[in-house]
Amino acid sequence: MNNEVLIVDYEVGNHQSVANALARLGYRFKISHEAAAIAGADVYILPGVGSFPEAMKNLDRLNLVGILKEQVVTGKKPVLGICLGMQIMADSSEENGHHEGLGWVRGTVEKLRADNAFRVPHVGWNDLRIMKKDPLFTRSGDSSNFYFNHSYYFIPAGEGRGPDEPLVTARCRLCEDVVAAFQQDNIFGVQFHPEKSQSCGLKLFRSFFNHCGIKSSHA
Amino acid sequence: MLKKRIIACLTVKNGLVVQSIGFKQYLPVGRVAIAVEFLSQWAIDEIVLLDIDASREGRRPDFDMIKNASRRNSVPLTVGGGIRTIDDIMRLIHSGADKVSLNTVFFDNPDFIKEASRVFGVQCIVVSGDAGKNKKGRYEIYSRSGLNPAGLDPAAWARKAEELGAGEIFINSIERDGSKAGFDIPLIREVSKTVSIPVIACGGAGHPKHFYEALTAGGVSAVCAGNYFHFTEHSPITTKAYLVRHGLKDIRLDSYANYKEAAFTEAGRIAKMGEDYLADLMFEFLPEEVI
Repeated sequence: MNNEVLIVDYEVGNHQSVANALARLGYRFKISHEAAAIAGADVYILPGVGSFPEAMKNLDRLNLVGILKEQVVTGKKPVLGICLGMQIMADSSEENGHHEGLGWVRGTVEKLRADNAFRVPHVGWNDLRIMKKDPLFTRSGDSSNFYFNHSYYFIPAGEGRGPDEPLVTARCRLCEDVVAAFQQDNIFGVQFHPEKSQSCGLKLFRSFFNHCGIKSSHA
Repeated sequence: MLKKRIIACLTVKNGLVVQSIGFKQYLPVGRVAIAVEFLSQWAIDEIVLLDIDASREGRRPDFDMIKNASRRNSVPLTVGGGIRTIDDIMRLIHSGADKVSLNTVFFDNPDFIKEASRVFGVQCIVVSGDAGKNKKGRYEIYSRSGLNPAGLDPAAWARKAEELGAGEIFINSIERDGSKAGFDIPLIREVSKTVSIPVIACGGAGHPKHFYEALTAGGVSAVCAGNYFHFTEHSPITTKAYLVRHGLKDIRLDSYANYKEAAFTEAGRIAKMGEDYLADLMFEFLPEEVI
């Protein structure tokens, strides 16, 4: 193991914010879309600030779809998708028309509906109902706040592998149908932004990398 | 529960954070990176950084300044000033911004807002506007940092911004800017009623009760202040503690220092603690949080 985290640069990610968080926690990381860098990394982060079709277009143009699939789906290397980075792991999205996703996790991405009590985009700090603490939320308290900023959300097609291994590991408290986090073996996704969620977010990164066996220079 | 956001606005002029009064007077505060780091540590919910020279001087955003400022920041950062192209937004996000605030370009090239939200998603695009009263005494939106009346009332402006693809509306009051007289409640309520996207109110904070009024009577999703947060230790946390004490439940107050037990003076500041409490403080051990 090279003990290296790769922040996948597909041009629509806020990778600098993710990089700042990882640097504070003392992890070795690269920001890249080069095939060699991707093959040499142990863990991937798919950041995301952008629209779904734009993200998929960039992944295609940079020839990343096949390489990532090889590492993540075949090679079983851990990956954490953040916000849009989580959504593109689904089968498809209805953002600005119908678009195919990476298809790693069964489900679709649809638009949130606004009502009198709930404005869209869903912007701000929200607390979670955590269904499965291990591994992402092992350090999170019951009143942990995370920062959300999205107008589309992931709808899983299946329930996962039963009560012990549910696909959805946390939901958002206000709007119960919003999936806040999921896990399918080595594939993790969070709808909120841990890199922007102060110590609650740093704790989540710490739990994730400990689970992956990545060492920090601070430890 | 989705929390109401308490946001700090850093007005940047000549590369320094300044206090702004009535869009006319500017008093220096200090370095951008330091202000961002402290606000982030003091549990602010979000930071908006506005470079007020950029559009006036016709130059692009200062990407190095943003990169430097974002290093010690762990809350969402919205950046505004001088943004004209998709590449500007891309570089800002790659420098550590999470959202962008668009103001001048709304008047010069409204289609740009459409294009920006198509590429980056609506959640990334904040459209900001400065409202003032015109000669007839009616609210009007002003462009060019409050200089030119744009011929749009705030509701019409906000509706158009939402149609173009804004994800949030940032409404500032020129008259209340730096006045400490409180937010312009009729103005922000009107804008908030008009659109179905979140609205951020700015301009006039001088007392924590002003935040309370804006969040209740004003009906906004977030309240933003600039000058109010400067020169006072833990100002965002004490403001939140005041709001929680006065009955607001949807406030994020989970920092180590939370002032939940504190009393407040009439000026809205933390009252002096009793002598026994202060004496005990000398022996209190404050552990640094290990993550």
